[in-house]
Amino acid sequence: MSESLTLDKPRSPRRPAARRNNFELYSWAFMRISGLALVILVLGHLFIMNILDGGVHRINFAFVAGRWASPFWQFWDLAMLWLAQLHGGNGLRTIIDDYARKDTTRFWLKMLLYASMAVILVLGTLVIFTFDPNITA
Amino acid sequence: MTAVAEPTNDTSQIPAPEGSVTITVKILRFNPEIDNEPHWESYDVPALPTDRVLNLLMNIKNYADGTLSFRRSCAHGICGSDAMQINGINRLACKVLVKDLLAKEGKQTTVTVAPIKGLPTMKDLYVDMEPFFEAFRAVKPYLIAYGNEPTNERYQSAADRERFDDTTKCILCACCTSSCPVYWADGSYFGPAAIVNAHRFIFDSRDEAAEERLDILNDTEGVWRCRTTFNCTDACPRGIQVTKAIQEVKRALLFKRT
Repeated sequence: MSESLTLDKPRSPRRPAARRNNFELYSWAFMRISGLALVILVLGHLFIMNILDGGVHRINFAFVAGRWASPFWQFWDLAMLWLAQLHGGNGLRTIIDDYARKDTTRFWLKMLLYASMAVILVLGTLVIFTFDPNITA
Repeated sequence: MTAVAEPTNDTSQIPAPEGSVTITVKILRFNPEIDNEPHWESYDVPALPTDRVLNLLMNIKNYADGTLSFRRSCAHGICGSDAMQINGINRLACKVLVKDLLAKEGKQTTVTVAPIKGLPTMKDLYVDMEPFFEAFRAVKPYLIAYGNEPTNERYQSAADRERFDDTTKCILCACCTSSCPVYWADGSYFGPAAIVNAHRFIFDSRDEAAEERLDILNDTEGVWRCRTTFNCTDACPRGIQVTKAIQEVKRALLFKRT
């Protein structure tokens, strides 16, 4: 209480002025759209991998190589990778914003999050596009 | 909760009218001059089923312990002073009847009363409302119109008035904002009450500053923090569809229409 009483101008706004950028709006809309797309992509992926014709037991190197020979499955897996990473990353960003108590903790947790997102995105994309079916063990 | 018996307070001076039952009122008390942290105290209070929780608090204050502190003003559910957590739910003490809190036949009734969360408790049941009003002021909750003043009233059709009727009912009691988990975790979030009061002017056909307010609420601490948990709608003593109002502001931002 004493803090608010010693203020010079107690009624002056204490919030920074609105920044007029739509980042939060787009990230909110992205969560809705990517969520819908992920339902189809992930459930489809699980169905093909685990249930359809023999299920998980037929998965081996040849099976994966055969799938990635088709640009359709390359694109499916790429979309799933990017959407899941960005969707999950954005969700964690909001959770960090909510629950980190200090600005420094918030900053470093976010840096850790962004770094891990970047590593997984780059590595996953690289594997999908540079996959060599004739690799020798 | 530990098994340690809580100290009971002498409440024998409270008049017990005919037909009253004795119920236990547990209050989360805190005196910043003595206590390091809040603690529970129990009071056995005679109560009529038609009494309100505010009557019980007044009786405790008048007959048992004069140091009990809480806000109340009109005592008729319109000033919004006596918002508190009653049995864990944010309510106005002057609108909750004892008959709705009574335990099953033959069981002892216990009513817990605590200050609303998310705002700093200053003593017992009253909190510092300044952060709440700061968010309220930040959305410019007043009519802004440019151009020449009309010589008569600013007319409005019944349909235009109906558009924002629900959010005009707000009494700024802070029940909604202090029930919001996002507000508990992050006090710089505007909170439901400020958004409700922005909604009241954004959708008013006579007002010309909808863009300004939408810009304010489009920011990091604005409407996009809302997780639609509906705590605010459940808490509102005026029955405002708070979450719906917040969603309407989101929709206005998404599709640029008011």
